Amino acid sequence: MTESGQKSVVIFYSTSGAIKTESLAKKQRLTVKLIPVPRHLSSDCGICLSFNSDDIHGIEKILKDNKIEFDAIYEL
Amino acid sequence: MIYFDNAATSFPKPKEVSAAIIDYMNNVGASPGRSGHRLSIEAGRILYQCRENLAELFHVSDPLRIIFTSNATESINLTLRGFLRSGDQVITSSMEHNSVMRPLRELEKNGVQIKVIPCSVDGSLNPEDIEKAINKNTALIVLNHASNVTGTLLPIRKAGQIARKHNILFLVDAAQTAGAYPLDMEKDNIDLLAFTGHKSLFGPTGTGGLVIGENVEIHRILPLKTGGTGSRSESENHPDFLPDRYESGTPNIVGIAGLNAGVSYILKKGTKAIHQYEHNLCQILISGLKEITGVTVYGKEETGERASVVSFTIAGQSPSDIGLKLDENYAMMCRVGLHCAPAAHKTIGTFPVGTVRFSIGLFNTVEDIEKAIAAIRKMVRDHKNRKVKND
Repeated sequence: MTESGQKSVVIFYSTSGAIKTESLAKKQRLTVKLIPVPRHLSSDCGICLSFNSDDIHGIEKILKDNKIEFDAIYEL
Repeated sequence: MIYFDNAATSFPKPKEVSAAIIDYMNNVGASPGRSGHRLSIEAGRILYQCRENLAELFHVSDPLRIIFTSNATESINLTLRGFLRSGDQVITSSMEHNSVMRPLRELEKNGVQIKVIPCSVDGSLNPEDIEKAINKNTALIVLNHASNVTGTLLPIRKAGQIARKHNILFLVDAAQTAGAYPLDMEKDNIDLLAFTGHKSLFGPTGTGGLVIGENVEIHRILPLKTGGTGSRSESENHPDFLPDRYESGTPNIVGIAGLNAGVSYILKKGTKAIHQYEHNLCQILISGLKEITGVTVYGKEETGERASVVSFTIAGQSPSDIGLKLDENYAMMCRVGLHCAPAAHKTIGTFPVGTVRFSIGLFNTVEDIEKAIAAIRKMVRDHKNRKVKND
């Protein structure tokens, strides 16, 4: 499968949730990166998890299986 | 120098602990969970990795159900003060440390009923006595896992079963066992586990935590403090999710970096192996001390499971004199007196004078134990000779 190169982000309520998701995603060898929340998406000061949009199902499964609360997922 | 005060604070620590602390101070330095830059994220990862390691150690499915506090005392206060209300009954044992007894006595003034189950003279507790004490107002059972005076283990798994059966929350004070004895939130039927970092988990002082089991409805436990969490910054109301509900203000991240290294070290060694090593030393010490006429060793008679804490007295000599002589003449560090546990000393019959306590750690050796037995033997002999001369 060719990668689209498109990036998405998960916005969390707390950095703990973001770091937990990062840890779980890395264990599944998904390419993820913690970055500051883009200003146009949120007024909060926290971080969000960026991932390849192609991996959306994998990321959603991690969030669901581990009952991680998150605000929203946006495509950048 | 021989250090036998590991039940107070473990020393020395694995070298990885100070290395992690120095690494954080020199190379990370930032606040976790506050800013979006790489150093803050790295600090956040250290914090999370420590939760993950503790979750593995205590068999917790969600690392975010582990709350960091400054020690077991804070974790116990958080639970007791945050959960118990006027009219509630709480069941505990007569072997508890003041970290449990004092907050309970404070709450008693506000209408919380306290039922202290008497333990036998060796510090053991009959779980049936707990079940008999349950009434319609019983909200919580709180027990230590092992006594800091005698090392006697309380039957937490059975007590937890009873608590589950009656739909009562069960808090375990694992100050003396976390890291040195296998603990399992599920198998041991624990709802809330209070631990400290500076004893058998090999962290620095000022670290500790509370594990909040899956069954616990967190809205029923009020936080001790509220404030900045780095999350939901738009709101002036405190967040209601874990771990933020119980973690306000910048955490002791430098201490947690050290604790993380301590817990990693334990996971590599395995708690079973650590316990077996300490238990063997403990048995050599107990049997050596018991052979000396005039020495009384407290706690359970049989050589079964216990935490590596040994309390004893010498007839005709005060614990404080013994402690001073051990320090000055033998460079042996121990703790004498009441060990912040007057109830436990009343139970074993050593109140108000107390005992001499040797608490063994992973870095003690058979040679240390042999030297300790020889020192006590000599002190008994010297005292006898002096007495003969004086007579």
